[in-house]
Amino acid sequence: MGELVTEKHVQYILSVEKRKDDFISVAMEYLRMNGAYWGLTTLDLLGKLDAVDVDEVVSWIMKCQHESGGFGGNIGHDPHILYTLSAVQVLALFDKLNVLDIENVTNYIAGLQNEDGSFSGDEWGEVDTRFSYIAICCLSILHHLNKINVEKAVSYIVSCKNLDGGFGCTPGGESHAGQIFCCVGALAITGSLHHIDKDLLGWWLCERQVKAGGLNGRPEKLPDVCYSWWVLSSLIMIDRVHWISKEKLVKFILDCQDTENGGISDRPDDAVDVYHTYFGVAGLSLLEYPGLKAIDPAYALPVDVINRIFFGR
Amino acid sequence: MHGRPRKDPKPEDAAASVAKAEKLRSLQSQFLSNHHKKIYTNEALEVSAKLLEVNPEYYTAWNFRKLAVEHRLSQSDSDPDSIKSIFSEELKVVESALKQNFKSYGAWHHRKWVLSKGHSSIDHEMRLLDRYQKLDPRNFHAWDYRRFVAALMNRSEVDELRYTTDMINSNFSNYSAWHNRSILLSNLLQRKVQGFFPKEVVLNEEYELVHQAIFTDPDDQSGWFYYLWLLDQTVKADAPLLVSSWPARDSNLIILEDQCLDDCALSPFNTFHSDSGTFPLIVYFNQAVEGVNSSTISVESVLNANSELTWKPLSTNNSPAAQVWVTYLNYPKVDVHSEAYPVEVSIGHSGGIISSSGFHYSHPSRFAFKVFARPVKTPIGHGGDIISWQDGNFALYETSPEEPNPTISLDQLNIKDDNEKTSSEWRAETIANEIALFQELLSEISCKIGKLTLARLLKARDLLLSPCANKMVYSEEVINLYSDLRTLDPPHSQFYKDEHSLTLLQQITSTRESLLRYCFLHGDGTSSFIGNSMCLRLNNLSLSRMGSIERLLWVQMLDLSHNELRSIEGLEAMQLLSCLNLSNNKLCGFTALGPLRLLKSLKVLDISCNQIGSHSIDTTRYLCSSPLCHTEEIDWGRDETVTGDVNLANYWEAFVIFRGLSLTQLDIVGNAVADEKLKSFLVKIVPTLKWLDGGELH
Repeated sequence: MGELVTEKHVQYILSVEKRKDDFISVAMEYLRMNGAYWGLTTLDLLGKLDAVDVDEVVSWIMKCQHESGGFGGNIGHDPHILYTLSAVQVLALFDKLNVLDIENVTNYIAGLQNEDGSFSGDEWGEVDTRFSYIAICCLSILHHLNKINVEKAVSYIVSCKNLDGGFGCTPGGESHAGQIFCCVGALAITGSLHHIDKDLLGWWLCERQVKAGGLNGRPEKLPDVCYSWWVLSSLIMIDRVHWISKEKLVKFILDCQDTENGGISDRPDDAVDVYHTYFGVAGLSLLEYPGLKAIDPAYALPVDVINRIFFGR
Repeated sequence: MHGRPRKDPKPEDAAASVAKAEKLRSLQSQFLSNHHKKIYTNEALEVSAKLLEVNPEYYTAWNFRKLAVEHRLSQSDSDPDSIKSIFSEELKVVESALKQNFKSYGAWHHRKWVLSKGHSSIDHEMRLLDRYQKLDPRNFHAWDYRRFVAALMNRSEVDELRYTTDMINSNFSNYSAWHNRSILLSNLLQRKVQGFFPKEVVLNEEYELVHQAIFTDPDDQSGWFYYLWLLDQTVKADAPLLVSSWPARDSNLIILEDQCLDDCALSPFNTFHSDSGTFPLIVYFNQAVEGVNSSTISVESVLNANSELTWKPLSTNNSPAAQVWVTYLNYPKVDVHSEAYPVEVSIGHSGGIISSSGFHYSHPSRFAFKVFARPVKTPIGHGGDIISWQDGNFALYETSPEEPNPTISLDQLNIKDDNEKTSSEWRAETIANEIALFQELLSEISCKIGKLTLARLLKARDLLLSPCANKMVYSEEVINLYSDLRTLDPPHSQFYKDEHSLTLLQQITSTRESLLRYCFLHGDGTSSFIGNSMCLRLNNLSLSRMGSIERLLWVQMLDLSHNELRSIEGLEAMQLLSCLNLSNNKLCGFTALGPLRLLKSLKVLDISCNQIGSHSIDTTRYLCSSPLCHTEEIDWGRDETVTGDVNLANYWEAFVIFRGLSLTQLDIVGNAVADEKLKSFLVKIVPTLKWLDGGELH
């Protein structure tokens, strides 16, 4: 079996952070906040968070915040719940949550809850269980979960539960590993995992592992490293991760590395990107690959960061 | 970000890329400038349209377009044609964006936003959807948009069901179509819509449909989960049912004033001792329910007034729903004449007990038992002596011929509802047909889904027959199928192992004869085994999980050592448990012991030689009640026992699990976490502890 080329991945991430002039970097400007979360969390898992300038990052993050309290994907971009979570997560990594006006941010998020308990992504009203997870995760980190109607938020998520045990983006939506992660994570954080049939969902999730060892996101689709996070973290939260072959998955993730230039891709020999680099490393952390910090499966942040938030004094 | 081949950039590509990037950068910055200055001229609109054509994920541009529409609407007169053309322009922008990225959330949402304004043709949308779904029948955005449009035009569920039939008939390998079918069909069945009632006819047709999928290509998963749902619909009733109780129906419970007796005529299966002066009444349902209280369950006896009984849900995460509920009744007065105190439990006579999926407990039922109090002649108390789990301390329990009360008659434990005769005939026939079909499939090809489905069908058959026969006829065959599957499908080996453990436990607890092989008397190692300490020894069985707990509610002493248990999910129901041996298993963290917090009688616990402290990832972290999942708070500050140089953040799991237990004996050696620091921490938070790792505490 190959091994994790940690130094190469660190260099790759640092280079992506600086690289701003090629087409893909320009095209992805709108989600730089997500990119920051993926890159920096990966660095922390690899033990190299000190390679970046904290103050520079924090100052850029705060420039992305709007009056409403929400954050945009980059400076000048409209606020959205997606980037608000990433901003809060990055600040948590650096233990800099104190730079936030907590009232402001939490009001923005709470204001996005709808009558039926669901959450909109922004003022334009797109509803998706991803946003339910984001709201619950973010408010929980900021210790203000009580600002939303948790009971209704939970019952909306449960209304998106399908007969195969999985969850979709809205009621009636097909089960998809990404949505399942969001719903299971939200239910985990709100102490509501009893709504899940763990054996039924566990079987659906473990059948995402294909013969070659990688995981797909739903039946009859190709395996992809990002599902190493979404399927794996879901399995861990419901204590069914032993139902897949961890060894085969580790091998698949390692095979997706670009061992020369660093970075991880969706499938072996495809182009690498920060997104898949993060999910590959996070997946390896969940698989207890040696030398990596442990990551929390519900909050998608290192366990020591979460413990600091909930048990630190 | 997906599916692009990895290649080193060639120099000519690099130059082209930089030029392309410059163009896009200038377009994006022009756009942002217009957006911030709120410029909605035709030029500005052109810029945004160009941008979205090239980069449809640039979400701020979609916001801009909505603002531009609102602006133009406010400027123009309310001429319907110009309004229509404003919106149709938006739809064109969406279409060109979708050409670039079929799966753009922003594009699809913009389309929904436009349609919801009500100025666009819905028929056109359906035609568009047909086109998209031909290109990619698994695009969930398209399916989601289809649901949106169908709702807008009030399309019937029957019509939409027909659409899924068409999709499946043209290509059965379409999980999205099967999924949509399941939602539509379950709604139609539940509402008993004309043509979909009775459900038996409908389900028969569905079995035929899904057979085609599975038998044509057994490796294609598209029909697997639909089949499992059909099986579920066939075998299970929606409404919650009472499955077992303790004390059991028609049993005679003997309360002992002291834990020892020298009267061999009493069976250890139905005697009970506790210091609390109360005994539990446990009800076990087939699924999690809410609303169990003294209005929805009435307990008639002289021991307690029904209204003063509080029912508690045995949920490991403090939720109001649970599969198992408990209340406590007072001991009867000790009477030399051994008077019997009858207790009658009525459940479901008034509504209110409701499952998590919204179904009411609908079959009123009653069960009764008798309670006796026995005085003790000469107590031979162990008191606070150390309990040893060594083999020499156990002797196989032999039923004596004079035993007045047979050991657990499992018929008594099962409280069933009365199924309609036709319904249960159809069930039996359907299962029999399916078994025959899958046996035929397996005679042709040895396939995983064939074996797994057959195992499920055989178990279902046993479940249907069991109220009468109580034997697990097929369990050997099922166990063999799981062994085959472990070889056929190695990555999922532990899944089949868990299923194997469940089946094995069902087999063991299915008859009196099989259960007795595992029942032992526990003594202090001397020659006499007088005493009512009955232990269920399920050690060395390679069990990876627990099951059949509804049949084990009577257990007070349980030996699960030398197995492969990673979790003890379900053990919270064993309210009588006072001694538990979990040594030499695969417990990976303290949070896995969550269920023990609900065992108020637990005194002796052995968790030695597990893997607590050897793992960086905790798989029961969110299944255990804690501040992380907002089900309880830890107030470190006020707790005076928690002092010293202990970093509480490192010990929170141990704190949460152990501080509520009143253990007298604990064994923890052989776990990486069990150093001296932890041990002295545990001694502080468990003041009742007398024995730790075999050593007496002072």
